[in-house]
Amino acid sequence: MKPRQLGWDALGIAVFVVMVFPVFWMISTAFKPNDLIVSLTPTWIPLHPTFDHFTDAIHRPYFWTDVKNSLIIVCVTVALSIALAFLAAIALARFGFAGRKLFVVLVIGIQMLPQAGLIIPLYVVLARYHQVNTLTGVIVTYMTFVLPFSVWTLRGFLLGIPKELEEAAMVDGSTRVGVFLKILLPLMGPGLVATSVFAFITTWNEYIFARILLNDQSKQTVTVWLSYFYSTNRHTDWGALMAASTLTAVPVVVFFLLVQRRIAFGLTSGAVRG
Amino acid sequence: MTSRRHRRLWGRTAVPYALIAPVVVTIALILGYPLYFLVRLSLQQYGLFELIRHKGVGVGLANYRSVLHDQIFWHTLLRTIVFTAANVALTMVVGLLIALLLVQVSRPVRVLLSSGLVLVWSMPVVVAVQVWYWMTNFENGVVNYVLTHLHLGSFEQHDWYASTFSQLSMVTLLIVWGALPFVAITLYAGLAQVPRDLLEAASVDGAGAWMKFRDITLPILRPILLILTSLSIIWDFGVFTQPYLLIGQSKVTPGNFLMSIYLFEEGYFKSDYGRGAAISLLMLAIVGVLSIVYVRRMVRIGVET
Repeated sequence: MKPRQLGWDALGIAVFVVMVFPVFWMISTAFKPNDLIVSLTPTWIPLHPTFDHFTDAIHRPYFWTDVKNSLIIVCVTVALSIALAFLAAIALARFGFAGRKLFVVLVIGIQMLPQAGLIIPLYVVLARYHQVNTLTGVIVTYMTFVLPFSVWTLRGFLLGIPKELEEAAMVDGSTRVGVFLKILLPLMGPGLVATSVFAFITTWNEYIFARILLNDQSKQTVTVWLSYFYSTNRHTDWGALMAASTLTAVPVVVFFLLVQRRIAFGLTSGAVRG
Repeated sequence: MTSRRHRRLWGRTAVPYALIAPVVVTIALILGYPLYFLVRLSLQQYGLFELIRHKGVGVGLANYRSVLHDQIFWHTLLRTIVFTAANVALTMVVGLLIALLLVQVSRPVRVLLSSGLVLVWSMPVVVAVQVWYWMTNFENGVVNYVLTHLHLGSFEQHDWYASTFSQLSMVTLLIVWGALPFVAITLYAGLAQVPRDLLEAASVDGAGAWMKFRDITLPILRPILLILTSLSIIWDFGVFTQPYLLIGQSKVTPGNFLMSIYLFEEGYFKSDYGRGAAISLLMLAIVGVLSIVYVRRMVRIGVET
């Protein structure tokens, strides 16, 4: 191998090490006994890993309750959003209609609204209808950004399915509903799964609205639980904190690795071909 | 006959509207109404008392006057602009360098590096904050140890959260680290569009690496760079979780506010919802202007296809 190529490869590996280090350090700390964690000379890889921090983390108050809350919020938000968004995506991908441009502006514009700017109106309106501190309030809030995102992403997947298939079926006498059930739905399987998973991740990771809308510890989500973890005692239990962080990240990382390729380009679609 | 054709035509035009109706109605209810309410709120004195009573007191433009006469607002705005510029510049430059590096390295290293990037990309923000805080902890944070042992100076017990500049630099590092994978991988995908034979022809004609980059690669990457830059500006300007949690674990004060934190503290935390609404609208207006480039470009794509 040419020395020049070796130089590039060495640089590539160096960048890899720097970028991945925080993730590595989280996992490494989570498995370390306490004396190694607080030692002034760090141990890079624990040779005698311990699971104590994980058992500690999951036995902290409200962990399982908050995992359950997160799961309920995520599932309802995603199911509702995908069902509604799929219909709208068909309209965008398959029909020309007056007001289409306005609808596109709406779908894209909403995704650009800064979440912080929506804290006050959503909080006050939900308080008026007694939906603060309820999971319903959070679900409704999450739909404000999951819906437009799903419409846009599903539209992209629909454009990848050739129109001719549907037209042929229509010529053969299928109804619109028949075409939808027999052709679009099965072909859109992967697209629907990928969009749902991505919506799952965004919802699971969300912090600011959950922090504001849910005050009761038994109503909070996992991310809020994790953000309060630190302040539960004066001396931070780093091992347990890193174990809790790892647990929070695992479902997201697994799902993300599954769908990243399919969906990552939705935000820049059209700018990057393929 | 005519009635049948009429019905068909009507059926045809009604279908797309029926399809988008559920989304439009839902968004009108859950977002349109709150936004309308936000405008009304910004013209009212609306605190905890009014929240319970469900009724605010009209005060005209007093909330806006109060915000625009607030020194903290202007300092925060300026700080947020500088902060955003630094974050976006770092993200774009380093992201582009990593994308170019991905082209240069051999296949196994490319697979390794891009998997690493995807792994980082997938980290939830709240988790990243916790890990960052642990790494930069002054007592036994690994960053201090590594910097000291690389002989970059004495960082034992160095507190990275002692000054505003240092605090915000930590937030910047965290944000850039989290944003790099998306930018680098998207740009790398864009680099695949650069025709190889064009680059080779340029080499034959004696063009250097920099010239090829400037005259061939950069023009092809331009649209992607534009979109990524505008997205980064929008995101970084409105960023909340990273600064709030990372600095918050030591201290958030008016001296280190960013826009969304100022809004959170003034409006939500102090329960001054009327004034908070005025700040929200100002912030939404600023971000609205910042997103014009992105939204226009994406809408053109959406309308054409």
